[in-house]
Order: sequence, then C-alpha cells, then structure tokens
Amino acid sequence: MDFATLLQVLDSTVRLATPLLLACLAGLFSERSGIFDIGLEGKMLAAAFASAAVAAMTGSVWVGLLAGIVASLFMSGIHGLASITFRGNQLISGVAINFLASGLTVLIAQDWFGQGGRTPSLMGGGRFEPITLPFAEALRGVPVLGPVYAELISGHSILVYVAFLMVPLSWFILYRTRFGLRLRAVGEAPEAVDTAGVSVIGLRFAAVAICGLLCGLAGAYLATGLQAGFVREMTAGRGYIALAALIFAKWRPWYALSACLLFGLLQAVALRYQNIDLGGITIPVQVMDALPYILTVVILAGFVGKAIPPRAGGEPYVKER
Amino acid sequence: MDKMPAWADAVLVPLISILLAAALSAIVILAIGEDPVAAFKLMVDGALMRSSGWGYTLYYTTNFIFTGLCVAVAFHASMFNIGGEGQAMIGGLGVALVCLFIPFPHWSVALLVATLAGAAFGAVWALIPSYLQAKRGSHIVITTIMFNFIAAAVLNYVLVNLLRPTGAMDPATAIFPQATHLPTFQDMFAPEGSRMFRGSPANVTFFIAVLACIGFWFLIWRTKLGYEIRAFGFSESAAKYAGISPVRITIVSMLISGGLAGLMALNTTMGEAERLVLNATEGAGFIGIAVALMGRSHPVGVFLAALLFGFLYQGGAELALWTNIPRELITVIQALVILFTGALDNMVRMPLERLFLAARRRDS
Repeated sequence: MDFATLLQVLDSTVRLATPLLLACLAGLFSERSGIFDIGLEGKMLAAAFASAAVAAMTGSVWVGLLAGIVASLFMSGIHGLASITFRGNQLISGVAINFLASGLTVLIAQDWFGQGGRTPSLMGGGRFEPITLPFAEALRGVPVLGPVYAELISGHSILVYVAFLMVPLSWFILYRTRFGLRLRAVGEAPEAVDTAGVSVIGLRFAAVAICGLLCGLAGAYLATGLQAGFVREMTAGRGYIALAALIFAKWRPWYALSACLLFGLLQAVALRYQNIDLGGITIPVQVMDALPYILTVVILAGFVGKAIPPRAGGEPYVKER
Repeated sequence: MDKMPAWADAVLVPLISILLAAALSAIVILAIGEDPVAAFKLMVDGALMRSSGWGYTLYYTTNFIFTGLCVAVAFHASMFNIGGEGQAMIGGLGVALVCLFIPFPHWSVALLVATLAGAAFGAVWALIPSYLQAKRGSHIVITTIMFNFIAAAVLNYVLVNLLRPTGAMDPATAIFPQATHLPTFQDMFAPEGSRMFRGSPANVTFFIAVLACIGFWFLIWRTKLGYEIRAFGFSESAAKYAGISPVRITIVSMLISGGLAGLMALNTTMGEAERLVLNATEGAGFIGIAVALMGRSHPVGVFLAALLFGFLYQGGAELALWTNIPRELITVIQALVILFTGALDNMVRMPLERLFLAARRRDS
C-alpha cells in the first residue's frame, strides 16, 4: 500500500467515524445518566430524513440541520416520556423508536417526494461543503506533513470538525462541571442525587435531550455531508455500531474517540477492499463487517478488560414514599 | 391487594393500547392524504375475504407465533431476547443444510429432521449470549443485538462463498430436493380442481406452530422447569434461595428461546422459498417482540397477536399494491404497538388502576 492510498483510507476513516462518534457521544450522555438508549439508530435515521427533506425544500442545509435536530429531539422526547415519566422499559422503548423512525421516514418521504421513500438529491447550498483549512494548498508541497494536512485534516465538512471538538467538550462537561458531576451521579446513585435536592427527572431529561441533539447532528451529517440526500434505512446499523463503540469505550469520551476511529477504519477498509489477502490467508469482507460486533462481545465478556455500565442504568427511578 | 381484577390486566390494558396504536395509525394515514376507513376495508378484503388472502395471513402468522413465543419464553425468565432475528437466520442455515445434504425419502421425515436441525442451530446461536449473561454478566440485550449482525455476516459468507451453486448470481442455496417440499394448504385442503388457497404459501408448518403454542403452555405452567423459569423471572434472589440455579435457568430458557426462533425457518425456508435466501427472516424476529408484548407472554395471547400481525402484514401488502400507502405503514403500526404495550404500559395502566380503585371504594 503506498502513501497516497493510505491517506485515502484514513480520509474515509475520518468521514465514516464522524456519525459513529456523534452517536456514540449521544449515547454516552444518555447512558451516563442512567437511561439506556438502543434507539440511537432510529434518532439518526429520523434526523437524516428530516434534514435532507427540509434542505431539499428550502435549499439551505442549515435549516435542514435544524430540522434534523428537531426530529431527533422529538424521538428523544418519546424515549424520555416512556422511560422517565412513565417508568417503562427503556430497552423496549428504544426498539419502538427504531421501528417508528424506520417506518415513518419512508412513509413521509413517499408522501412528500414520491420517489420510493427517498429525498431528491441535494445540490449546492443543500449540502455541507468541504472546508479547506488555511494554507492547505500552500503547504501541500511539504513532504509527508503537507499531504496529511491537505488531504486528511483539511477538506471535511463543518460537522466533522464539530464532531471531533465534541470529544474534549463532552469530557469537560462530564468531568469538570457541576452539571456533569450530577449527571454521572444520577446514573450511579439517583437516590443520592435526590437526597441532595437535585431533580433526578430534570437531569435525566437534560441528558436525553443532549443525546437527541447529538444524534440529530449525526443524522444530518449522514444525509447532507457524507451523502447527498436520504435513502431508506441509510443509517445501516450505525446506531448499533455506535452502541458497540460506547461499550468498547467503557462509557468514556476519549476512549469513544479511539473506538469510533477504529470502527470507522474497519468500515473504510471493508468499503475499499472486498477480500484482504494476508500472506496466503484471505480475510473475507464479511469478517470486516462483523468485526465491530465480535470485538464488542469479547469486551463485554470481560476477557479483555471489563466494561462496567453505569450502576443505575436501565432502572427507572422511583422516589421512596 | 390487587389494584385491578386479573381480566382487566390481561384483556383491557392490551386492548386500550391497541386502540391507541390504531387511532395514531389512522391519523398517520390521514396525514398522508389517504382514507383510513377505506384502507382498513382494503386490508380486510385482501387478507381475510379470500382463501388465498388467508393463506398469506396464516403464513405470516406462523412466523410470528414462533418468534413471539421465542421472545415470550425469555420474558418469563425476565430476559429480553432481541436476537430472534439472528437465531432464525442461523436456524435457517440448519434447515437448509439437512434439506440439501440428506436424501430424504418423504417430506414427513424431512420435516422431523429439519425441525430438530432448525431448533438446534437457533439454540446454539442463543447459547453464547446466554452463557455470557449467566457467567460473565454481559447484558443479554446488547450481546443478542451484536449476534444479529454477526449472524447476518455469517449467513452472507456461507451463502456467497460456500452454498451458492456455481454460476448462480444471487446469494442463495440451490432449490431443495423435491422430497423435502412441504404440503401447502392448497395440497391439504383444496378439493380437486378448486382454487382454494391457490398460490398462497401457508403450509403444514402452521400446525407445528400451534403445537408449539400448546407445548409452550404446558412447559411454562405445568412442568417443574417452567415453574423455575417463572420463579427466576419474578425474583432472582428468591429463586436462588429456593435452590434454583440462575446459570442453568438463564441458559436453558435462552436455548428454548433460540430454538423457537430457529423453527421459524421451517416455514420460510422449507415451506415457502424451498431454498435458503439471504433475507429469509424479513424482520420477523423483531415483530416477535411486539407479538410477545401484546400477547402478554401467554400462548393464547401470542397466537392472537400473531394472527393480528399476520393480517397486518398481508393487508399492508395489499395496501402497497393498490394505494399510495407503502408497506412501511406496518412498521409504524408495529412500532406503536411496541411503544404502547411495552414502554408506555404504565400510561394506560395507571389511570385504569385509579378508575378501578375509585369504583371499589364506591362499592364498599
């Protein structure tokens, strides 16, 4: 593999890791507050459709982004209502949200655009254009570092940079602010937070809302950055890979970055090479597809490190009377 | 003291949930500019007014009974098996392997062996997640989700690289030998020369599904193992105190669950397609979640819920054929049923409980 190919693979790794990273951080906030969320997939899908549809109609990708976030927040609202207010089963609610998004997006797309459940292709202002960072072209001539800067770091759409900036931001919010401390506490010992006079319900709704916001960004990036328009089931299991990355990262922001980059790399390699020949042994493409899930199961099994979820995760909080 | 009589819990709560889901679905249909009443009529016409419509409805029902029972068994042990989809895929592999490589003299022998193979393969696919849950404490929901994707990759590899006949383009096995073809409802019930059940895929597997319902009831409410499963589901610590091994119950109930999912392949792979295709399960494993929730994990409830979803599936296909409403409407209805009967259960239950309490207070 030569240097140029390597750069291309890494470039596409960054692109493919972006939606995973945003969704993974979304899940991080939600699960750290004690609300399990297997509905990441559905929220991303809803946001992808809403952003592409609105961007196609208005011609402005920013209005589309806003619509995507609103759609994702709506789904989060349902999840919050079911799992916080009515103390229902969070896993079942997540499953319902995934199906709701999967059905509604195609239904509405067919009604609005009549193109078999997709939106028209986005053009011009309807998409997030790549941003060329300063001096990218001028520095291209510098050996090694020049192309890395010009190809790998420069030339992505704004949401990619937002996603990567979200990692330190999430770390800061969770570990250096009062809100973050309370949010982590409510996922471990909600009764203690309640005793301290802080609203468990309020905190959990805030976490679920942040989750919706980030999933909205992830979905909007899929439909308006990575691709040009919405097609049915376009999330293609990314919500679940993000979930896998979250477990892989043991519910920590910086680990989430490396897990998402790893899974993004797997996707990029699977996309570029069908079967990989490693000195006589051929690795079929299906192994690359399944690898994130296999790795997650291995991590979950605790054979390589132990992934311990937030203690109060998945349990509705009932105040003692 | 019970807040509600048992009949209200078993009948009234699911019924109200379904009505809520139906009302919301009607609003969705209205919102896309179609007439909900006409749509419902069309669904009834297409699914229930013709014998071939029934043939399709019962074909789908068979799938959903198996996957519904699969989820229900796990629910009784207070586990959530999302992996029915993957277990059914691997079950299909087992069915396909015996059908392709064992020369059967008669379909009845083939059915018997394929039943064992499908159940065994499905159970094996549930074994690792259940072992990890029981021994290593990995959450079964996450592991079964992961195993769905791994199953899809395994099936893809096997079909593309190993079982695809040379020269064929689509990832599927060869057609099974004639001797393994199961009798359809048309073969069994249509008088000579009549058009009853013509071309519809319902087959003898339906009766295996009914037997599975009866066996399920017997297992859960009439055997020691069933008692242990339910006791474990109610309270793990109490079950442990009573000498019931949590590891054993977790693994055994998941094996039964996976086996039931694997049986679904009899219907789709052996009964209908007569070869193994890539997307044989078509999401039926997930519909099992809705079916089990709606049927309150009881075989009678599961049977009725499966029938309802069979009707919705066939009716939805009719809608997609004749109107501008795509099949995904059924996915929306399915989501709403899961939401109302599963996650928002308390929203329906709490006001009802209050109502019954008020009524009782007035009586006394």
